[in-house]
Amino acid sequence: MSVLINRNTRVLVQGITGSHGSFHTKQMLEYGTKVVGGVTPGKGGERVEGVPVFNSVKEAVRETGAEASVIYVPEKFAADAIREAAASGIQLVVCITEGIPALEMSRIKEELRGTKTRLIGPNCPGIITPEECKIGIMPGAIHKRGPVGVISRSGTLTYEAVWQLTSRGIGQSTCIGIGGDTIVGTTFTDALELFEKDPGTEAILLIGEIGGSAEEEAAGMIEKKISKPVAAFVAGCTAPPGKRMGHAGAIIGGSSERAQDKIRRLEAAGVRVAESPARIGEAVTEVLKKRK
Amino acid sequence: MNLHEYQAKEILGRFGIPIPKGEAVQSADEAEKAAGRLGGEKFVVKAQIHAGGRGKAGGVLLVEGLQGVREGAQKILGRRLQTPQTGPDGQPVDQVLIQVQTEIAKEFYAAVLLDRSREKPCLIFSASGGMEIEEVARKSPEAILKKVFSPFSPLTAAEAETFLSGTPLDARDKKRLSGILAALTKVFLETDASLVEVNPLAKTPGGEFLAVDAKIRLDDNGLVRHPELSKLYDSRQEDPRETEARKFDLSYVGLGGNIGCLVNGAGLAMATMDLIKLAGGEPANFLDVGGGASQEKVAAAFKIILADPKVKAILVNIFGGIMRCDVIAEGILAAVKEADLKVPLIVRLAGTQAEEGRALLKKSGLQITPAESLEEAAEKAVSYVRSH
Repeated sequence: MSVLINRNTRVLVQGITGSHGSFHTKQMLEYGTKVVGGVTPGKGGERVEGVPVFNSVKEAVRETGAEASVIYVPEKFAADAIREAAASGIQLVVCITEGIPALEMSRIKEELRGTKTRLIGPNCPGIITPEECKIGIMPGAIHKRGPVGVISRSGTLTYEAVWQLTSRGIGQSTCIGIGGDTIVGTTFTDALELFEKDPGTEAILLIGEIGGSAEEEAAGMIEKKISKPVAAFVAGCTAPPGKRMGHAGAIIGGSSERAQDKIRRLEAAGVRVAESPARIGEAVTEVLKKRK
Repeated sequence: MNLHEYQAKEILGRFGIPIPKGEAVQSADEAEKAAGRLGGEKFVVKAQIHAGGRGKAGGVLLVEGLQGVREGAQKILGRRLQTPQTGPDGQPVDQVLIQVQTEIAKEFYAAVLLDRSREKPCLIFSASGGMEIEEVARKSPEAILKKVFSPFSPLTAAEAETFLSGTPLDARDKKRLSGILAALTKVFLETDASLVEVNPLAKTPGGEFLAVDAKIRLDDNGLVRHPELSKLYDSRQEDPRETEARKFDLSYVGLGGNIGCLVNGAGLAMATMDLIKLAGGEPANFLDVGGGASQEKVAAAFKIILADPKVKAILVNIFGGIMRCDVIAEGILAAVKEADLKVPLIVRLAGTQAEEGRALLKKSGLQITPAESLEEAAEKAVSYVRSH
């Protein structure tokens, strides 16, 4: 079992004719992802890796029945690419592109509220259900199917964590890279709820980092709603507090944004937090013993 | 991107927010002339740096007369100002803002920023302005009013007035303040800012309101939409190594330790620094070469790390994903030769084709210590630095 995507998910690639889009289309196809079409305005009728290209998402959905899309378009078109996918009824939009202004993301989230579209990202590696479907840029080969749901704000650190799991013979149900931006489509708490409901997920691994209050909010949800054991790692214990301008950030969040405080908060919620990035696999092994 | 106080005030002025009369200058001569143009007897000379806490650090001087302005400017121009918000080396003062002193009857606080958990812009106001707003937030949070608003449209003056309805201000003050607060929300939305802060927002004995100090931080991702604001970038306020790194699309932060770090991905780079610290060492820097870790970028990264004379060893931690480790190893070898590396290199490769990558490093004959695990890499780097 898995969350959000599986072997039957029909995927569109927005920006399929670009260098990133075509490269990762090939990678996704090789992994077994059902890439049913691509979109690049003005390039309709062409083919990339045998996949038909359409001029608009609407047309592509009509012709292919795609339910998910992945966005590789350049940053200045990315926000509108998300909007186009949502307007065309795509249920899961994965935005790999980085560089969307935070205010634009605030607007997009408001626009998506009440629609059936879920956004993952932007500025993220994507989502993968091992051995079934990969939507994004992560290396497929390091993953293995199994019982651990992975949620992460990071890219290569997620690969590192997944690799530690796979090397120990621990597989993953689904890995979601939620992205590192100030405002993201799917948050830690959204992803935690998905994994709580998924019968194929027996434990959850959370990879956080300094900044914002996503880890604190996750801790709050874990206390209230998550029955499955959770392990975590928070990067940035040694990061120096940056040059700050003004005081408003600390006032509004009521949180220090420091890794140490996030770790303490997660531990208070019963989460097993790995003390070292080299011990993430070990922490997950421990919590797997606690599963019911 | 951070703006200077004078730049922030210019923007506020454009949106109709009253600001004190002032001019930014770069020399004592210009300072004196500017004061002459501004007129009056009492002035304030303010160091323009990308950090707060200037007042207590001696970066804000109250002076009298043109000679006082000249002397004040001489005192702070050209030095580095260290405040609780700067690094230990402080920030260079290349410009000062000469301003007419404002008589202040009462200080308020106002800011607009993104509320990360509500995912919307938020207006903040407090009748307790001045230096210690963080203290106010901690001791009497009820003294701070907050209102999230739509990212699509700024607050109207009427909405801002409703927002102020719970305050003990009189009707005339509410009216004047609401216009300013509404304008601040407009500044925030129209400049793609991540912070607009006015502290203090001062009330004069005559009942006028003025933005006596202001900070604006712009969202880097929004700058493409505002070419005119991009021009306000002041590279002198940045670490020159960070500026150099940015040219190669690398993200670098100098830290002061002696183990240089070269990592692909920001999260893994932070985790690598954590690991060095856990092993008892001190990272010299944060450096993210990007997910792909191409040869060109790795070579540029080596040069930037080696420009730091404190660096005694370099720890390379690359997780090979779609970019295979053997290809990355070849890139590292070429970059090592190109940069004429003199310090030992500890390289940890993991992921796709990691063994092939390590084998290539081993047979290169260069001074490279391959490591298999994260901990092994950190321990080797730390023990090398200790023994030399």
